[in-house]
Amino acid sequence: MANVISLRNVNKIYGTEIKTQVLYDVNLDVEENSFSSIIGQSGSGKSTLLNIIGTLDKPTSGEVFINGIRTTEMKKDALAKVRNETIGFVFQFHYLLPEFTAYENIIMPYRIKGDAITPEVNERALELIHLMGLDKVKDNRATKMSGGQQQRTSIARALINNPKIILADEPTGNLDSDTTEKVYDLMRDINDKFKTTFLVITHDPRIAQKTDRIIEIKDGRISLDLVNQIA
Amino acid sequence: MKLALKIAWRFLTSSKGQTILIILGIAIGVSVQVFIGSLIAGLQQSLIDTAVGRSSQITIRPVNRDDRIPDYEAIITKVKATEPEINSISPVVDSSAFILANDSTYPTLLRGLQFDTADGIYRINEGILEGKLPTGDQVMLGKEFMDEAKLKVGDTISLVTASGTKRDVTVSGIFDLGVANLNKNWALSEMGLVQSIFDLGDQVTSIESQVSDVFTADVVGANIQKVVPSSLKVENWKDLNASLLSGLNGQSISSLMIQVFVLVSVVLGIASVLAISVAQKSRQLGILKAMGIRDRIASLIFLLQGFILGIFGAILGVGFGLGLAVAFTKFALNPDGTPVIDLFIDPQFIAISALVALAAATLAALIPARSSSRLEPIEVIRNG
Ligand SMILES: Nc1ncnc2c1ncn2[C@@H]1O[C@H](COP(=O)(O)OP(=O)(O)OP(=O)(O)O)[C@@H](O)[C@H]1O
Ligand SMILES: [Mg+2]
Repeated sequence: MANVISLRNVNKIYGTEIKTQVLYDVNLDVEENSFSSIIGQSGSGKSTLLNIIGTLDKPTSGEVFINGIRTTEMKKDALAKVRNETIGFVFQFHYLLPEFTAYENIIMPYRIKGDAITPEVNERALELIHLMGLDKVKDNRATKMSGGQQQRTSIARALINNPKIILADEPTGNLDSDTTEKVYDLMRDINDKFKTTFLVITHDPRIAQKTDRIIEIKDGRISLDLVNQIA
Repeated sequence: MKLALKIAWRFLTSSKGQTILIILGIAIGVSVQVFIGSLIAGLQQSLIDTAVGRSSQITIRPVNRDDRIPDYEAIITKVKATEPEINSISPVVDSSAFILANDSTYPTLLRGLQFDTADGIYRINEGILEGKLPTGDQVMLGKEFMDEAKLKVGDTISLVTASGTKRDVTVSGIFDLGVANLNKNWALSEMGLVQSIFDLGDQVTSIESQVSDVFTADVVGANIQKVVPSSLKVENWKDLNASLLSGLNGQSISSLMIQVFVLVSVVLGIASVLAISVAQKSRQLGILKAMGIRDRIASLIFLLQGFILGIFGAILGVGFGLGLAVAFTKFALNPDGTPVIDLFIDPQFIAISALVALAAATLAALIPARSSSRLEPIEVIRNG
């Protein structure tokens, strides 16, 4: 199967005066339609890696390919387009726009894409809302929802443009274990249903156990990369 | 564009207090501009009206002081034909003389007028306090003179020329042209009387006129000069009132200065509030950029916020300003109930003030718009 994410010798060094190297020669390939988890200690470089994959950050050296296209040399507008159409983000602190309702937040990436809202897209948004169990709160402002609802809203938002890849940084980091379970099951369903590739950072070993592949980062290097037979 | 507008609008409506405050700030600036502008314009109009409203704005007279104008009818016809800007034009026979009344002698300017045309310049009919216009051997004298010489309508006085000719005339009425100096020094009569006392035949000493726009007097005057014989010169009020004009000019400049400073403070106010709002919205901007919004659209959000604030501020400001102006003319009154100053409401000036405020608000949003375009989403994502 094709790789939707490829990293070649990615290094990341922060700072100019005092240099801290956070990633060391990372090589990684992620297959289409897979569901992988990234684990590792706090400060090991997981978020840095994910942000580089998501084109939000640039590697100090090395190459990043998304869907076969090299993103390391791309212009800002082109990167914005990649983020909008190919990647969906779910951040730890859900990052919804507080001025907008759940529905409006979910539809936002589609509007950013610039196409007119068609009945089909509206249908899709409502389907995602239903899938995430948000029917009751879809017209609530982001601030008028519970943490779990906000997180599910941001997952729905990540999915609206039907991206190839979902990058999630501790998406359940501040949710209780029941809700965490539910959110993961949802992501799993979507992975099956829409053939979306998932790359998820987690601290929760029980969650990692359920993914197809577990990648462990230690001090900026991939220290463990195993295909999970149990999942 | 639509998306940027939607986001801009939502940002503004979700922090209403702040939005209303900026709009009020712009509105106050615009209203001060509209009010001060209308006030100064009204002031200038009334000044000009007092100075040249009831006088000849363009005067044709012989180059040589002692000459007369014989063919004045033909010249008037020609001037009217060449210059449509001329509102009123009237021949005048002026001569200095003395008035002998109640055993006292007073110097006077005896003005022989053609009353039906001269009324267009001096609004004499409006200014008749008592009696009527003079005919034949009659003169009309001013309010102040009548008081000083203790005369009343119907009295007989004598007109004496420098060469000693004397003519008895009766006072037909009293005029008030609004300027004490004229009321005191002018004696009005029909042209024929002055022509016969001074033996002038059918000649006049000058041709007076008014133009529809007083500020074009110099241009119109120059045009007239081209069509009248070279023995005649054309004077206009602007050349004769340089100090008044420079006074008006100074007033205009100070009014402009006030407006510029108001504008600057409006711009600074908007720029600083919008700059704060970029900081407040940096989280949202980071999210939008992570979702792939282009920098141009992100900037547009802030530019549009400035534009929207400008529109509402300008509309409200024009309303405030006009309200203030109306209140001023209603409540700042002279003892006789007329407004202290008649404001001059110029729709074009108001439209310009509003547009300038709008442009300034949009321009002020440029700085925050630029900084929003520079914001990197990673800053927001990394720092929570
Ligand atoms: N802007 C920065 N400048 C300097 N050092 C940084 C910067 N951002 C991150 N780091 C450092 O890089 C290292 C990796 O950070 P990163 O956020 O990737 O860790 P993480 O694995 O996601 O940790 P956590 O599990 O706590 O989220 C940390 O040691 C951190 O201090
Ligand atoms: Mg992290």
